Amino acid sequence: MKYAEEFRDPKAAKALLARISTLADEIGATKEKPVYIMEICGGHTHAIFRYGLDKLTPEGVEFIHGPGCPVCVLPMARVDECVEIAEKPEVIFTTFGDAMRVPGQKKSLLQAKSEGADIRMVYSPLDALELARRNPDREVVFFGLGFETTTPSTALSIQQAARENLTNFSVFCNHITVPPPIKALLDDPHIRLDGFVGPGHVSMVIGTHPYDFIADEYGKPIVVAGFEPLDLLQSVLMVLEQLRDGRAEVENQYARVVPEHGNPVSLAAIEDVYELRPSFEWRGLGEIDHSGLRIRDTYRAFDAEDKFGIGYAAGVRSVQEPEGCACGAVMTGQLKPTGCPQFGKGCTPEMPLGALMVSSEGACAAYYQYGGARAAEAAE
Amino acid sequence: MCLGIPGQIVEITDEARMMALADVSGVKREVSIAPVLTGAIEALIGKWALIHVGFAMALIDEEEAAATLQALHDLGEAQEALEAMAEGQKALRQDGSASEVQA
Repeated sequence: MKYAEEFRDPKAAKALLARISTLADEIGATKEKPVYIMEICGGHTHAIFRYGLDKLTPEGVEFIHGPGCPVCVLPMARVDECVEIAEKPEVIFTTFGDAMRVPGQKKSLLQAKSEGADIRMVYSPLDALELARRNPDREVVFFGLGFETTTPSTALSIQQAARENLTNFSVFCNHITVPPPIKALLDDPHIRLDGFVGPGHVSMVIGTHPYDFIADEYGKPIVVAGFEPLDLLQSVLMVLEQLRDGRAEVENQYARVVPEHGNPVSLAAIEDVYELRPSFEWRGLGEIDHSGLRIRDTYRAFDAEDKFGIGYAAGVRSVQEPEGCACGAVMTGQLKPTGCPQFGKGCTPEMPLGALMVSSEGACAAYYQYGGARAAEAAE
Repeated sequence: MCLGIPGQIVEITDEARMMALADVSGVKREVSIAPVLTGAIEALIGKWALIHVGFAMALIDEEEAAATLQALHDLGEAQEALEAMAEGQKALRQDGSASEVQA
């Protein structure tokens, strides 16, 4: 229980853990026959490892780390396309720092930058807009990456660019959505999931109703959770309570931030600027129907795919994962990160081979970062 | 990368563009308040918001802000967000119009 002492309220944590343990016994969850709970969001994955929640909860409760880490599900071909755009002499390519080290087929954006491409890490698409205003003779491209939490920021930026008639600003849209990959995982007969911890900040934008199908059509519980360790424990408890009672509902543990219907301004901006692509490629999961967004024709002037003829607009280009990389199996919960032959050898956070090692939200990087402390603990 | 960081809205900087100055752990940064603008714009001054990639995405109370900030510090995400803000400023300075940029 030594991790528990780091909690803001260790007493509350211990009480929750005791209740989780009792419930796990009640529903007959054991090490041999565990309940599988998927935390969808990469931020939750990071928090689970940081606080050792998977070790504090009983052996009968197993966390499966979901696909909610945007850079982890970014296929190599998209990185290659970013590099292709970024290496055009007229382009200032702007991106969140997270994407810089994701390996492409030949190079990452970081390598392209060191070779002379004008690539700039920004905090916000608003920074990219400002660069476009200040550099009217350059083409400023923003790499639109991320789930529904981030999508409103690029939608609102494109709307603003349209109001200002900025002709040298465009977005390379690779935004993705949370519900379709969950459906794909639930449809996969090789994957067993008993319940879900739902993403907090994605839900702050989309609300809780997009998850209704998980409860109604698949009969699985889902609890939208906050990011504090106590939020996560509380949410696991709520999932277990549903399983004990034979209920399948969408519950909201994070109601202090997540409104039932989401954020209306953000949803309206997304609807105005973007439309669903027929399908989109996910690293490790393959093509998933209606899981990615593209810019609508009305905002075509701000679409980097259209401007440079690169990306899904130019036809899908799939690229094989590097030899020995098991990101796909890890992503679908069929292999533990440590089960990958490259883990910690050919693939480390400093020199990632696969995307799950790139971001602190990736399961492999989380295992790697907090694994040392665990080995010491096991030796005690 | 979906994590937002709490900040306090301290000043409206551009009403037409719905921009405001937010204080994020002592760092002042201009953010869009469009997603949380439902009434009079001045009413937002002093309010706490969850800020994600430069946009105030949800209003929160001060206690929630403090608890979230603590959780982000534990994860190393607060420092990461502040470094990203500094990177953004650096990216703007790179283009030769440094004199226009406020430090």
